[in-house]
Parts: sequence; C-alpha cells; structure tokens
Amino acid sequence: MSIGLEHYLVLSTALFSIGLYGALAKKNAVVILMSIELMLNAVNIAMAAFSNYIVPVLLTGQVFVIFIIVVAAAEAAIALAIIMNIYRNRETTEADKFDLMKW
Amino acid sequence: MQSIVFWLLAIVSIAAALSVVSARNVFRAALALVLCFVTVAGLYITLNADFLAAVQVLIYVGGIAVLIVLAIMLTREIQRGSQSNRLRIPAFLLAGLFFAVVAFALVNTGWKISTDDPLVPTTPALASRLIGPDGFILTVEIAAALLLAAVLGAIVLVREK
Repeated sequence: MSIGLEHYLVLSTALFSIGLYGALAKKNAVVILMSIELMLNAVNIAMAAFSNYIVPVLLTGQVFVIFIIVVAAAEAAIALAIIMNIYRNRETTEADKFDLMKW
Repeated sequence: MQSIVFWLLAIVSIAAALSVVSARNVFRAALALVLCFVTVAGLYITLNADFLAAVQVLIYVGGIAVLIVLAIMLTREIQRGSQSNRLRIPAFLLAGLFFAVVAFALVNTGWKISTDDPLVPTTPALASRLIGPDGFILTVEIAAALLLAAVLGAIVLVREK
C-alpha cells in the first residue's frame, strides 16, 4: 500500500495530540515549552505534506513552514528567557507556582 | 521503499514524542525531543522538501534543542522535574478525543491530489517564492524584524541587573 496524504496527516495529528496532552498535563514550564515545539512540528509536517501532494509546483506549504520555523525560534528564545527570569526570582519552574498575578 | 521509510520514521517519531511527555527526567525528555526533530527532518525528505529538512536540522536540532538543554541545565530540576498536574486524565481524554475527531475528518475528506511531479531540488524555487517578484518579500522582512525584536527581548529578560 503506497503512502498517501492521509498517512502524513494522521501522523501529524497524532504528534499534535501528544503535544497537546503534554502542554495541558505537565507542571514543568520547560516541558510545556517542549510540548508546544512538538505541536509546531506536527503542523509543519501537515504543511509540507499538503505542499507535496496538493500544490507540488507552487510550494506554498513549504513557504508557510519556513515562517512557522522562524516564529517558533523566536518563541522558544523568548519563552526560555521568561522561564529563566522567573526561576531566578522564585526558584521554581513549575507552572502552577507562577501565581504572582493570580487573583 | 518509500512506505518502509515512512513507517519507520512515523513509529520512531511517535515513540520519541510519547517519551517526551512521559519521561520523568527532563533531560531525557529533551533528548527524545531531539530524536523527534531528526525524524521530522527525515519525513521532510520523504516529502521532497530537501531545504526544509536542512533547515529543520540546523534550527531545531542545532538551535532550539541546545537552547532547551541550556535552560534545563540552568534550572536544576532535572531528576524529579517532569511531573504531571492534577489535570492529567482530563488532558489525556481531551487529546484522545481531539485525535479521533481530527483524524476522522482528515481521512474522510476528499483531497484533490495533484498529478504534477514535485520540484526537486526545491531551494531555487523556494527562493524565488520568497524574494522574487510576486513573492513573500514583505513577510520575510516582517520575520526579520520579529527575530530582531525576539533576540533583543531575550537579552533584556535574562540580563543580570
């Protein structure tokens, strides 16, 4: 059985769901960030699969993947800087202890 | 041949992603994340996206993974680090439900598969899509400004007073 678009899309959905579970269920902010990176990668696989199977000459999906990677890199740098800043002030990386601004 | 490579990469990437969210040790989770990034680069190669595979290895494996490992090392909660909160079971159910609904919708959609041959190599075509006429040049410039702002913001945030 040859590999089609659906295989890549279902794989991408599986990776996205695993990342969603990690982002919702984990305490450590670094692990939450890693789960978000997993979700971004899953979306990138879906984009590249659409690009290959539906618009193979226009490459629109691959252009989107490049911009998603740019935004993911910026997001990772900022998020890790924020996490390290909070760790310096509050000695923890657990997301449910970041409650300074909670009512 | 393509199907063997796909199934191998798919199984390894799912296993790596599962161990990212299930590993107790945060450092092992980060190593599993690197493995997942590498298999995603392999998947890009099976999708005729050679430039994206190179970018994936350079930016994710070479940049973001190193940044995450650095943050783990600087925050000293490696051994007992990756615990679940009390939303574990609802989150699991939600993720499973999401997977079921989206996978069902994706499999039952009639995609218009193109019959054109994919471009190989993609790098010149991508360059002309990005910075050629009628391309995405404005978005490229906005991305440059975004990266500059992100770098400056990260430096300001982590700098010692």
